[in-house]
Amino acid sequence: MSEWWSYRPGDLLMISLRVYERLFVLHNQALWPGQWLALALGAGLLLALWRPGPARWRLAMAGLAAAWVFVAWAFLWQRYAPLNWGIRYLVPFFGLQALLLLATVLGRGARFSTSARGASRGLGLGLVTYAVFGHPLTAWLHGRGLAGAEVIGLTPDPLAIATLGVAVLVRPARRGWALLAIPALWCLTSAVTLQLLGASGAWLPLAAVAIAVAARLLPAGRP
Amino acid sequence: MSAYPDRLSRRRLLGGLLALAAGAALPAFPAQARADGILTREVPATGEALPLVGLGSWITFNVGDDPLLLEECTAVMAAFFAGGGRMIDSSPMYGTSQATIGHGLATLEAADRVYAADKVWTSNPAEGPAQIATSRRDWGVPRFDLLQVHNLLAWETNLATLQGMKAAGELRHIGITTSHGRRHDTLERIMRQADIDFVQLTYNIVDREAEQRLLPLARERGLGVIANRPFQRKRLIRRLASEPLPGWAAEIGAESWAQVILKFIVSHPAVSCAIPATTRVDHVRENLAAAREPLPDAALRRRMAAHVRAL
Repeated sequence: MSEWWSYRPGDLLMISLRVYERLFVLHNQALWPGQWLALALGAGLLLALWRPGPARWRLAMAGLAAAWVFVAWAFLWQRYAPLNWGIRYLVPFFGLQALLLLATVLGRGARFSTSARGASRGLGLGLVTYAVFGHPLTAWLHGRGLAGAEVIGLTPDPLAIATLGVAVLVRPARRGWALLAIPALWCLTSAVTLQLLGASGAWLPLAAVAIAVAARLLPAGRP
Repeated sequence: MSAYPDRLSRRRLLGGLLALAAGAALPAFPAQARADGILTREVPATGEALPLVGLGSWITFNVGDDPLLLEECTAVMAAFFAGGGRMIDSSPMYGTSQATIGHGLATLEAADRVYAADKVWTSNPAEGPAQIATSRRDWGVPRFDLLQVHNLLAWETNLATLQGMKAAGELRHIGITTSHGRRHDTLERIMRQADIDFVQLTYNIVDREAEQRLLPLARERGLGVIANRPFQRKRLIRRLASEPLPGWAAEIGAESWAQVILKFIVSHPAVSCAIPATTRVDHVRENLAAAREPLPDAALRRRMAAHVRAL
């Protein structure tokens, strides 16, 4: 299609709100009862970040990287891309994010590096807590009930928000910014999609990005 | 995007009168009522009669493999065929819409009732034949009735592919599409030069630029015209929803704004078919009912456009 610039964003939407919401319902049906395992792993991630140590940190980052790969394959590629061909172009970014997460624990120079303190730490942990336990409940806000809940590790929004939280906690700063970019890009994409579909809650992923960027800009607290 | 200025200058008035005179000399493609009351208009190239209202599939039929939504789309198609509809239009660009149509056609055993209109949509014309073969399998039809080059994408080479298929008897009609009023100059050039049967473009009661050159040219060249985006993807309906139906709506048997808009579109003598998309059975029935007598004459069409423009 030519003259992309002359299209309204809404003209490029390929699905209706109902189809978008049904995506999550069908995804949950297909993976049930995997949601419980995903929530348990999410709680494990939170624990690893709350009481960090080198082994926990490596495990948490490897698990998070695996979640980015799984969501890219199971949700984006298998379920969403057939409905919206633009999504296939985002899948490589999810793979890249997995590699970035692994790079924090593998290779030369890799080291345990969660050293945020004070407000940054609180905001980072808050984002992860929201992503694991709060975001699934927003399915009620969208009016689709828990059958359409978005669960961390299975769907992109809570995964991206949790990774934003991790990116806030990571030191040094350049590594944190590197981990923040792709989740922020996804959250912006999600916010635009929800807004164009007329769904409630478009502000949630936007707020997560704003909080993460603000927390990253805060001066590092004392150890 | 109205083609009509707010103030009518003498120059424009004279130009309009000249265009009217020229229009009167153009070949007429009158709408004919079938036994079931549905109005049809002949495809100029072959004389085949098509109902004036078809069925689009952009967004509405892109439902993936969701069994509930597939069932709903099949119900829409069932109502469409039961109401006398024939043309369904889709594209490989529309996600899973083609497969949804194929599911409906198979469920309803309606492959012989549909006028299958699809598109080729690729910037690499070498991929065109394979894409068309995939589309045909998704539809589950032996051949397409109409294939169009989608949004003029790589149109020279894609059109050559379609012309070759038509010459080989692998499809019946070929055409080219645009939407949102884009690239009308290129479309006009193609209409003048290329051997095609149909053009598809955006035309409705507020998007009327096509009336200036393209619709008269279609009549002159004997091309069928498919009008897309009749409701501006719901925006036009939403905008008019709070307005009362004017008195003249009863004169043309329109009971809703959707019917007013559709009757305006299909009453243009160059338009073969409008293709509204919907997910609702009641809406598909409402749309098809607009393809019945009476249709507005030229004078009423002017009043209709003026009324909507003033809202």
